[in-house]
Amino acid sequence: MAAQVRVLRQRIRSAKGMKKITKAMELVATSRIAKAQARVEASLPYARAITGVLTALASNARIDHPLLTPRERVRRAGVLLVTADRGLAGGYSSNAIKTAESLLARLREDGKEPVLYVIGRKGVSFYRFRNRPIEANWTGFSEQPSFADARAVGETLIKAFTAGADDVDGGAGADGVLGIDELHVVYTEFHSLMTQTPVARIIGPMQVEDRPRSEGLLPAYEFEPEADALLDALLPRYINTRIYAALIESAASESAARRRAMKSATDNAEEMIEKYTREMNSARQAGITQEISEIVGGANALAASGSEV
Amino acid sequence: MAQQLHVELVAVEEKVWSGEAEMVVARTTEGELGVLPGHAPLLGQLAEPGQVRIKLPGGEQVSYEVAGGFLSVTGEGVTILAESATPVSAAQSR
Repeated sequence: MAAQVRVLRQRIRSAKGMKKITKAMELVATSRIAKAQARVEASLPYARAITGVLTALASNARIDHPLLTPRERVRRAGVLLVTADRGLAGGYSSNAIKTAESLLARLREDGKEPVLYVIGRKGVSFYRFRNRPIEANWTGFSEQPSFADARAVGETLIKAFTAGADDVDGGAGADGVLGIDELHVVYTEFHSLMTQTPVARIIGPMQVEDRPRSEGLLPAYEFEPEADALLDALLPRYINTRIYAALIESAASESAARRRAMKSATDNAEEMIEKYTREMNSARQAGITQEISEIVGGANALAASGSEV
Repeated sequence: MAQQLHVELVAVEEKVWSGEAEMVVARTTEGELGVLPGHAPLLGQLAEPGQVRIKLPGGEQVSYEVAGGFLSVTGEGVTILAESATPVSAAQSR
């Protein structure tokens, strides 16, 4: 009886320890969400400004820039997948991977060969374990990505995209490097603390939207240097900004997913502690009742035998 | 001129500076350039490394070391886009 109480007390202690850990992780994740959201907020002015500049530029420059024209024949399609570095975030990484997998299947159906670029240790280990090729991967910044990280990723992707321009069927083209003809990115959109959805977006080639303008003609810009040269310089920056936006939004989603997972872990631990405490109390009470009945029984027996003497 | 320029200096990760100014001086790949209120719309790529000086109404000025920058002048004001911008102390910028 005492043994059972001891076992239960042990379990309660370990559940309490776990609860402390998950609670701490929950709090950390909560503060990270706020930080990540602030960073999303802080990146908006630049995103808005560069979009405005590009719009002005696109209506003044030639639009046959390689980053803007869809390729006639798409042989290889690059897919950038954003996952977490650490687990304990519920279905965050696996949902992103699932979305990427369905995109890959669709690309294969269309006769395109998918090329994988993965961010985050979880995604990398998923594909390593299955022995599937990854073109390039980056890890270590999924929770707090900086623009330098996004730029490193962007440069690799743009290089691959440019290298894909002269590829021919069944091999690399004149430059001897196999590139990509399309660029997709799979990341997790942050809607609210409770909902985050993985999405697949195409970011290369970009599409120039012909929007009817309400506020009349755009101002006639002067360009320094020439508009075409400016476009050459701006477009890669724009892609980097898009990747950065995807990274920080994914970081916010990751923290939100982790917070939710840790919250339910904490709740479960609480429930377990309560259950074990009840069991322990009833076991202790049972022990006491038994001892009392043993004593009473013994005293009765003594009294009975004493009265006979 | 009583007119003033509305200037915004935005880096990728945050808005660095914004406010009213009398003049913005920057160096594009083509050469040094000063923007006063009423300047014609302009898009320029800033030279690397580039310094952007913003002259404030009080005669003071703020300077930023800008990397990967673009300058956009529109009817509403001046926007400087930068990959990164670090303030330069007044003593260094003459």
